[in-house]
Parts: sequence; structure tokens; C-alpha cells
Amino acid sequence: MLEFIQQLINGLSLGAIYALIALGYTMVYGIIKLINFAHGDIMMVGAFVGYFSLTLFGTNILVAMLAAMLVCAILGVVIEKVAYRPLRNSTRIAALITAIGVSLFLEYATIFALGPAQKIFPDSAFVVRAYDIAGLSILNKDVFVFVSAVGLMIILQYIIKWTKTGKAMRAVSLDQEAAVLMGISVDNTISITFAIGSALAAAAGVMVGVYYNTVNPLMGIIPGLKAFVAAVLGGIGIIPGAMVGGFVMGLLETMVSGYGNSLYRDAVAFGVLILILLIKPTGIFGKDTGEKV
Amino acid sequence: MQTLKNNWARFLGEVLILVVLFTLVQYLITTGLLNQYYQINLTSMCINIILAVSLNLINGFTGQLSLGHAGFMALGAYAAVIMTNMMDQPFIVGLLAACLVAGIAGFVIGVPTLRLKGDYLAIATLAFGEIIRVTLQNIDYVNGPAGILGIPKLTTWPWLFGAVIITILVVVNLINSSYGRAIISVREDEIAAELMGINTTKYKVLAFVIGAMFAGLAGALYAHFFYIIKPETFNFLKSFDILVMVVLGGLGSTTGAVIAAVSITVLTAALQSFPAIRMIIYALILIIVMIYRPQGLMGNKELSRQTLGRIWGGRK
Repeated sequence: MLEFIQQLINGLSLGAIYALIALGYTMVYGIIKLINFAHGDIMMVGAFVGYFSLTLFGTNILVAMLAAMLVCAILGVVIEKVAYRPLRNSTRIAALITAIGVSLFLEYATIFALGPAQKIFPDSAFVVRAYDIAGLSILNKDVFVFVSAVGLMIILQYIIKWTKTGKAMRAVSLDQEAAVLMGISVDNTISITFAIGSALAAAAGVMVGVYYNTVNPLMGIIPGLKAFVAAVLGGIGIIPGAMVGGFVMGLLETMVSGYGNSLYRDAVAFGVLILILLIKPTGIFGKDTGEKV
Repeated sequence: MQTLKNNWARFLGEVLILVVLFTLVQYLITTGLLNQYYQINLTSMCINIILAVSLNLINGFTGQLSLGHAGFMALGAYAAVIMTNMMDQPFIVGLLAACLVAGIAGFVIGVPTLRLKGDYLAIATLAFGEIIRVTLQNIDYVNGPAGILGIPKLTTWPWLFGAVIITILVVVNLINSSYGRAIISVREDEIAAELMGINTTKYKVLAFVIGAMFAGLAGALYAHFFYIIKPETFNFLKSFDILVMVVLGGLGSTTGAVIAAVSITVLTAALQSFPAIRMIIYALILIIVMIYRPQGLMGNKELSRQTLGRIWGGRK
């Protein structure tokens, strides 16, 4: 039982990271119906910004995270303006291919600039301590990841539910034409969505750096895919769904590596995806809208 | 009678062109004028053509976005290698086994997933492709993540040439038949097709299975040329590569798929020594083509003697 709770605690911090990345996927999908394959790579850029802010400028971890969020928010807006906006009225597949192109560009531009080797996150930035509480060993990095992720999610919920911007985002994702008629600037709203989503991914990137202690140019691919599965699991386009999906994926992954064969942990993630798609493609929180002729 | 004669003349002309092409390359290989480097690229080119044309049947003609093509390629590669390497069967048995295994997998995966539409189908096929890869990584019989080494080099130019011709012939003739019209109607409007009494599921699965079979064939040819296969080679990035060829060539254009497969192979070969720059250029081409020509190089048109003749004659 104690071991189970220990796995649960390990899973929560990983789940929080997945949830943060999944939020970006789901927000972008909700608003322009695009699977943003570059999202995992934005997380990677965030992790590198965090890394350089720690090593070159010697900032503390919170400042590094804020810097990463700021840089990636701008990056997200630029990517949307340059690559996705011209394609808003073309086919889905064209937009999807562009997203793949952006993803490859970010990965290999980073490799070109910094080399393919992985970089070690400085230890001094975050001194890992373990606390013994009732027989459980709790690492302060797990607590840090979990608390800051949940904090960011609360801020996101506040923005979406209680501010005018959030209202505009919900309106645009519900019906773009009607939103235009109500005087909402669709372009600005989409830009803000990309900014927020990318900032969350950047925060997740810095957390991955703290969690796994290394960053490398291709680190965004697998967490990106898993977060994407999380977003689909919760119902893509639905924000609470992404949070729940992220935590489910994180817990599932630690349980599989803890109790079963860790080689299968990626297969399990995709198995979950297949199951959910076959049983309820709209996800846990999704509503079946039916098909209009 | 006149048209029949013309058709015969055209057919003979086409066969003649193919025979000349085949003999020329065969001659260059046997005399050693085409060295190892060119042979590798020629092989990649043929394999890419098979992959792109077969994926184009699923994505372009049937309109079902599949991102799991590399998974079928992996199954074909492994099935063929098990036949030739471990059971000492001749190469042709390996190739047939590759088609069969990939086709069966295409059926098993296609029947449940093809109920999904658009993005969801894309994700489901991507997931299946990755599951195939991860499963292969965990089977000890095929050496898990290390893969199989020391595969005999059986893929030669006649096999490659034959495989490419068969793939193109099957796809082109399928599309020009009543099956093909049904398949295209599914792409154009699934609901309308269904109202016309077309069993859309049947045609979608049919296209998916045929596409998967040829992907398996490509995998078998790949395995028997490059000496080694490992599951990591067939990850979803490989599927993306194939998709990129199809989309650059133009969804629903077989000639477009062939042209894109050839040019991307040439581009890859030309930039071999600068891997990072190669991928950056590749990414930029993708983005720029999608922004300025989202329908791809050929759109859904074919490059035929008529269009060539028009360009030649300078008439619109």
C-alpha cells in the first residue's frame, strides 16, 4: 500500500507536466482545430531558455521559468502569424503538414545552433532534498513541479472563466463567425491563445529540466505525443479534460514502470489512446455533437 | 477500331519506354558505371516511390488521413526477414509474406479505426504505428530494440523495378475502375456516397489494406538492401516523411507522388553531409509549399502525355 502511494506521488508531478503541455494542445485545437505538432518543441525551446537563464545569467529557478514563458509566448505568437495564419482557410491536412514542418524546423534549428548533445541542468539551480513523511519519501522537486503546475492551471482557469480575454477565447472556439459579429477580434484572440498555450508549455519545459535533470533538442517529441494523448483522453478542445487527461497519463505511466515493464510504458500510452478513440472518440469530457449533412 | 489501334500503339510505346529504362539502368549497374553510392540512392528512390504511391491511395484518393504507414512498412520488413533469414525461404516468399502480414494488419487496424474521421483517424493510425514499433521492440525473437543484423542483400534492381511498376499499375488501374470511382466518391463526400448506395466502409478498408500491403512490400525491399532493421527506423517520423512526399506531390496524384518521392530522395542525398541543415531546409520547404501551394505540386491532376503535349505545344 505504501509503495502504491509512493508511486501515486511520483505520478502526480509527471502528470502535472503532461497536463500543462496538454493544455496548450487543447487550447489551440479548440480555437483553430489544428493539432499543433510543434507544441512539444516549443516546450523544448522553453527548457533551453530556462537552462541558459540559469547558467548564463545565474537567475533562480522561478525567474528562469518566467523568462522561458515570456520567450515562448512570443515564439508561439510568431509561429502562428508566420506559419499558421496564412493557412487558416485551407485544408486541415495542409495546416497539419505545416505544423510538422514547424516542429522539424525548431528541432533542427536548435541542433544546428547548440549541437545535438544533451545538456545537464545545473544542480545549484535546484537543490534536491528528500523528506520522509510517514514512511514516504517526498522529493522537493516533485512538490515544486506539482505546486507550480497547479498554480498555473488555477491562473489559466481564472483567465478563461473571469476575464474578457477568456470570454473572447471561449466565444471564438464556439463559433468564429458569430464572434466576429459580436466585435471580437478573432486574430488577436488566436494570438493570445497561442501565447498562453506556449507559455504553459515553456513552464512545463523548465519543469522537465528540473525533473529529469537534462535538456536536449529532441526532448519535446515524446512528452509532446504523450501530452497529446492526454488531451485526446480528456476530450480535445476541453480545458478541464486536458488537466484530468494529463494526470491520468502521468499516473498510468509511473504505475506501468513501477509494477510492470517500463519498456511497455510508451505502448500503454498509445493503447489508451486507441481504446478511448474506439470507445468514445470525443474523450472523457466530450459531448457527442452528431453529424450535420 | 481506330481507337483500339491507338490504344495498342500507346501500350506498346509505354512498354518500350519501360524496357529501355530498365535495360539502361541494368547495364549501368553491371558495367559498374553506377557505383555503390548511386545504387543506394536509386534503391531509396524506388522504395520511397512505392511508399508514397501506396500512401497516396489512402490519403489522396480515399481521403482518409493515415499517419501509420511506417508501422506497416515495419511489419513487412520483419515478416520478410523472418522468412528469408530465419526460415531460409526464397526472397519471393519473403516478399509475399510481407504483403500478406501487412495486409492482414491493415485489415485488423482498418476495420475499427476507419469509423473515425479526420484528425481522430490520423491520431489513431499514428498510435497503431507506434504500437507496432514498441511491440517489435519487446519481442525477443527479433532481438528487440537492437534489431536484426546480417540480412542477406537480395534486393536488386529487377526486384525494385518490378515492385515499383506493380505498385503503380495496381493503384492506377484500381483508381480507373468502378472501385476507384467509389473510392473517390468517398473522398469527395462520404455522406452523399453512402446515399448513393456505396458501402463506404468496404471501400475505405479496401484502399487501406492495399496501401498497407504495398507499404509491407517496401519494407521487405528496404530490409534486404540495407543489411539491418531495427524498430526505431520505423517510428512516426518515417510516417511523416512519407506523408510529406504525398502532400508535396499533391493529394490524389500518382505522378505527383512519384515526382515528390524522387525529388525528396535527391534532396536528401545531396545534403547528406549536413544533416542539421538538411532538416532545416526540408522543414522550410514544407512550410513554404503549404503556404503558397497547399494543394501540392500537381494538385489532384496527373502528368500524362496529354499534359506534356500541351506544354510542349505551348498551348493552354
